[in-house]
Amino acid sequence: MKTFWRNLLRNRGAALGLVVLAVVLVVAIAGPMLFPNSPWRMVQRPFLPPMTVPGFLLGTDALGRDVTAGLIHGARVSLIVGLVSTLAALAIGVPIGAMAGYFGGRADDALMRFTEFFQTIPSFALAIVLVAILQPSIYSIVGAIAIVSWPPVARLVRGEVLSLRAQEYVQAAIVTGHGHGWIIWREILPNTLSPVIVLASLMVATAILLESSLSFLGLGDPNLMSWGYMVGAGRTVMRQAWWITVFPGFAILLTVLALNLIGEGLNDALNPRLARER
Amino acid sequence: MSFIVQRLVKMVVVLLAIVVLNFFLIRAAPGDPALVMAGEAGASDEIFVAQLRERFGLDQPLPVQLALYVKGIATLDLGFSFRQQMPVADLIFSRLPATLLLTLSAFAISLALGVLFGSLAARRAGSWSDTLITVVALVFYATPLFWVALMAVLVFSVTMGWLPAFGYETVGAGLTGVARLSDIAQHLVLPATTLGLFFMATYARMTRASMLQVSRLDFVKTARAKGLGEGVIQRRHVLRNALLPVVTLAGLQAGTLVGGAVLTETVFAWPGIGRLMYEALLQRDYNLLLGIFVVSSAMVLIFNLVTDLIYRLVDPRIEIKA
Repeated sequence: MKTFWRNLLRNRGAALGLVVLAVVLVVAIAGPMLFPNSPWRMVQRPFLPPMTVPGFLLGTDALGRDVTAGLIHGARVSLIVGLVSTLAALAIGVPIGAMAGYFGGRADDALMRFTEFFQTIPSFALAIVLVAILQPSIYSIVGAIAIVSWPPVARLVRGEVLSLRAQEYVQAAIVTGHGHGWIIWREILPNTLSPVIVLASLMVATAILLESSLSFLGLGDPNLMSWGYMVGAGRTVMRQAWWITVFPGFAILLTVLALNLIGEGLNDALNPRLARER
Repeated sequence: MSFIVQRLVKMVVVLLAIVVLNFFLIRAAPGDPALVMAGEAGASDEIFVAQLRERFGLDQPLPVQLALYVKGIATLDLGFSFRQQMPVADLIFSRLPATLLLTLSAFAISLALGVLFGSLAARRAGSWSDTLITVVALVFYATPLFWVALMAVLVFSVTMGWLPAFGYETVGAGLTGVARLSDIAQHLVLPATTLGLFFMATYARMTRASMLQVSRLDFVKTARAKGLGEGVIQRRHVLRNALLPVVTLAGLQAGTLVGGAVLTETVFAWPGIGRLMYEALLQRDYNLLLGIFVVSSAMVLIFNLVTDLIYRLVDPRIEIKA
């Protein structure tokens, strides 16, 4: 564990990513306490430029809502959606991949055709259609992102399980008469953990991008302030008030970049043999 | 030849599955379809609703409805958009050329620049230009597409005034011939470049990693031992083999390209099917929305088929049989 952290922090990008992510996390957790008012409330005159009135560091939007408060409340939405939808995608992808890799043969064929099918469908278009049909809410958004992002998990886990299944210790477990479920859960899956963690950290980043794109198109949860929504709402008045679109977009960029850097750092630290070429 | 037939059969099966999925999604759309259609048409008395039910076969059992739906799609009948008072297929096909122009230009830009920058970075691995390319690619890879598009408008249209901010051509300019083409090209620059940036970053990263991997293989050593020039080795031996995973990735990215087109066309008011999807979304026009979904899925399938064929052409290990 100690060497893991040392390896991870020696990677400058990953260390930087961790710092940025920590800041976003603190903002998401503590921010709403500093800004207890709803970010939807109109608190000042509209189109207030940044740093003109004390207390309104990033200015106000077209309806006089505080951009800083929106950014802070939006951090929570982005992180929650990113995390929960990734967990949901893992919950779909890991069992499918594990079963395909473990049982092989026809089960493998059928499950992989199913996975390929989902991989062929244009994912963003499917997410749009799903959220539009189920009505925009945080649940439909998380569900739609999970449904479009599990196939890579299934493929990765299948590959790992396929090679682990042939290992002697797994054969031994089969011979000693353990059930398939027990073997998969206790003997095989723990050994697939590190590549899955790497993939998951990158998936959180993609999920945040997806959520912001959906919110930008007006498919966000109408009760939750999110970064994508802010960019979308500021779009029509961008010529008069650049700050309404610039800041939330930059927040998305920083968070996603941080997660990608951490993902690459994790990859180098957990799979030293597959470490990125230098 | 049998390979192409096999791939075509597979493509048709997948398309059929997408159509079936689409059918159930339409049924899942909120409200009784007949009532929704009546509402969209602006009338909802009992007789009209019953007529609609009969006309669209909604009074039939589900399997019959499904068969009718598949049959409709096979004859390119994607239903009727009551909001726009036009058949869905007509709407989509009138917008298709603009989307093809945008996505194919973006694809060409991203592939050309991505491979160029990726191979540049790989050949000078560790230098400052490698670091610069890697960092820039990482940043573009993490930037929301719709935001890049808006920033591009802010910088290049609003502030600098170099390029038009939206649209396909100057409305009412009455240009013809070369003047019109150059007008369209000017409108195309910003949307195509922004759509291409994300993919350029992906291809650059992939090309770099893959070239570094290939350049350590034995056959490269052999080429060097034979006394071939470094340029020839990099181009003919390293790059050609390193491009294989890039082509695979390009095929897999087709769906993302379509998704990106929705965002880019929305920002730039580009009159393609992505913009049409946004309009359908605003009006909750489910028939149109799902029609676009089927057509864009079909586009992705065709694109996948093409990349598969290209893969076979560029892979030096696969012989193309006459």
